[in-house]
Amino acid sequence: MPRNSLNAGRVERLLVLPFRKSLEISFQSIRARFFRSFITTMTLVLAVSFLAFVSITNDIANGMLDSGKAEFRQQLIRSGYDLDEEDSRADSSPKQRWLIILSLLVCAVGIINAQLMAVTERFREIGTMKCLGALDRFILRLFLLEAGMQGLVGSAVGALGGGFFALLNGFWHFGSAVVPYLPWTDFSFSLLIAIGTGCTLSLLGVIYPAVVAARMQPVEAMRAEQ
Amino acid sequence: METLHSVVRVSNVTKTFRMGKNELRALKGIDLEIRAGEYISIMGPSGSGKSTLFNMIGGLDKPSSGKVYIDEVDIAQLDAYELAWLRCRKIGYIFQTFNLIQVMTALENVTLPMIFAGVNNDTAVDKGIRLLEMVGLGDRFRHKPSELSGGQQQRVAVARSLANDPSIILADEPTGNLDLSTGEEIITLLKKLSRETGVTIISATHDFKMLNVSDRVIWIRDGLVDKIEDRKDLSISIGQIGDRT
Repeated sequence: MPRNSLNAGRVERLLVLPFRKSLEISFQSIRARFFRSFITTMTLVLAVSFLAFVSITNDIANGMLDSGKAEFRQQLIRSGYDLDEEDSRADSSPKQRWLIILSLLVCAVGIINAQLMAVTERFREIGTMKCLGALDRFILRLFLLEAGMQGLVGSAVGALGGGFFALLNGFWHFGSAVVPYLPWTDFSFSLLIAIGTGCTLSLLGVIYPAVVAARMQPVEAMRAEQ
Repeated sequence: METLHSVVRVSNVTKTFRMGKNELRALKGIDLEIRAGEYISIMGPSGSGKSTLFNMIGGLDKPSSGKVYIDEVDIAQLDAYELAWLRCRKIGYIFQTFNLIQVMTALENVTLPMIFAGVNNDTAVDKGIRLLEMVGLGDRFRHKPSELSGGQQQRVAVARSLANDPSIILADEPTGNLDLSTGEEIITLLKKLSRETGVTIISATHDFKMLNVSDRVIWIRDGLVDKIEDRKDLSISIGQIGDRT
């Protein structure tokens, strides 16, 4: 690039935002807008807890079947499981799977909606940061980090809550006789899957709004009324 | 002859906005040269193209035709990274609405541009506190913008604009949201800075109080430079200007 360098006319391109600082800023933003973050996260908590509830309830049923006791099988059939003589697994029914998929979809749409509003609310802040030299990817990173933190906390709370209610529900229906047959490894696996799904949803939901925010020209952003 | 090099050079700049089927020619060919260390006021009624010109100088907007040079670098030639670097290191912005980041404290607002510039945290904090002391807010660096008055917020913004020792400070109606006496304090502060640090200050303004401290005043009307007045000519006509307010 030919450049007229009569004087100190020197332009570089090195700008940084250290990861720790990004983390700090994102955390601060969540804390400062606690109520909004809370609402966004609640959508996630509910969807993830439903997922965890269903899969852990199934884990309990499977644990009972694995015990090989005939009375457990009878109890399961009485409580609504559709089991044949030779069935050794009580996997989720197609109806359950549809419900889960639907709830996750609704949750994703809710997150996108909430994050788009959050971005609109912060036009001016984003524009200011860009005037101070923030690159597109700094903005993107801040939004992704925020969503990641919300996702982690929200899905952890949701998964634990869902799991807790699934256990409560199990005791309610089948009594304490099932306790020795609970498949704890399967539980933790189900919890991990629920948490992973929640984090993924949270990140997926923020990508579009974050890209919108990151690509905004500072001038447009500053023009926005607040 | 350091002081004579032109820190901003605008040559035959036009800007056309498309609004539906109409074209709005906001700037119709502007030529300007601003020397390092000058205190410039750009005056003009709203709709005169003042803000558009201002955004061009700040590298916030690109001209439809013509060139804008900052420190002899044509900003149209810069890519996104270089432009961001320019905004971070060469230009300090002060806005009418202060535009501090609400979730950060005064000190964090001032240190943010230094963090972007790669200054390590301790150095940035030291310098941030020094800058806040300089603008008279040494004891309030932990406060959030919402806990500060308008004048104090604008002082924080002034400190922030100085964070990376820029060559230019662009102030867009810096007194527009302030009452008379606080506005005057900000003007005095800017003048003091320009005298002490030699930074070039360019401010777009309606505020006739600004004229007293400006080295030159550029009047914009209808997308063109109406006239450029030096201060010595200005002081003669200051009575008239007073009448015009």
